[in-house]
Amino acid sequence: MTGHELIFTLLGVVAVGSAVLVVTTRQLVHAALWLVVSFGALAGGYLVLTAEFVAWVQVLIYVGAVVVLLLFGIMLTRAPIGRSADLDSGNRWVALGVALATAGVLVSVLVVGFRDAYLPLREGGGSADALGSAVFRTWVLPFEVLSVLLLAALVGAIVLSRSDVGGPEQAPPKRAAQAKGAPEKGAPEKGAPEKDAHEEKELTTKRGEG
Amino acid sequence: MHAAYPAVVAALLFSVGVYGVLARRNAILVLMSVELMLNAVNLNLVAFDMWWRDRLHGGQVLTLFTIVIAAAEVGLGLAIVLLVYRNRRTIDVDRLRTLAEDGASRTRPPDGDDAAAAVRGGEGSAT
Repeated sequence: MTGHELIFTLLGVVAVGSAVLVVTTRQLVHAALWLVVSFGALAGGYLVLTAEFVAWVQVLIYVGAVVVLLLFGIMLTRAPIGRSADLDSGNRWVALGVALATAGVLVSVLVVGFRDAYLPLREGGGSADALGSAVFRTWVLPFEVLSVLLLAALVGAIVLSRSDVGGPEQAPPKRAAQAKGAPEKGAPEKGAPEKDAHEEKELTTKRGEG
Repeated sequence: MHAAYPAVVAALLFSVGVYGVLARRNAILVLMSVELMLNAVNLNLVAFDMWWRDRLHGGQVLTLFTIVIAAAEVGLGLAIVLLVYRNRRTIDVDRLRTLAEDGASRTRPPDGDDAAAAVRGGEGSAT
């Protein structure tokens, strides 16, 4: 076992161990924080594999952005802080069996299949220089397609999270009511009971006109 | 470095993600487990890019693309989860059984969309 393999094994143990804690912990916020540890250890593994640029992108995007997004999701769904007993569903033993079977099949196949394969690790193979020229010379068309995909995801997330972009059957009366000078409810966040009250007000105004 | 080390770590991470997707009830924890599975795939891509010594760096560039797609996926997924939470007041994936064929009304909470829809329908018939 060389030094590379030793360091990679330690980082892999940290990554897999914290991943197990992510899927078994009883506290939601702790799951997100263990996810940070797992992603950090994986970034260290990328560094050992001489993929420096991918390691820094991993730290920036995953640890910096994705985990913060997940924490915002936990916060916005008003999850309980502290222990909650109902995070695991009833089929966890079936899930454990499926996961163990997956692990057994994958590990045995990979160990047998790559028994005499060695990774030639040379420095410079994953630097920002090499990857940048590869992205902007060879892979420039997928890069542009990916930028369009990101734009579409951005627009989709905005449309999904705004509640005043409705279907055609409820948009026209709302606009008419606002044109009539009906009192506006607190603008974008509008729950179901508030909407009912709003519609009732519209109905009463219509009845008054009739 | 022997190629089995990153492959085994990636396989174990993927299995942990499979367990999380199947066993967790909270939709955000399911999203976290999906992220774990995506990371296992990324580790495989980087390792086999190093093994092949690709001059075009296909594996690492594909890893970058996967990271971008995962970021878009988690953004859209969280938007959907927040929308579900706003409509149903729960993100428990075991209780979201509206698409189930039998017993859908049995497990749904009584103050869900049905009550609001009934109220709305009654008002519409009143006019």
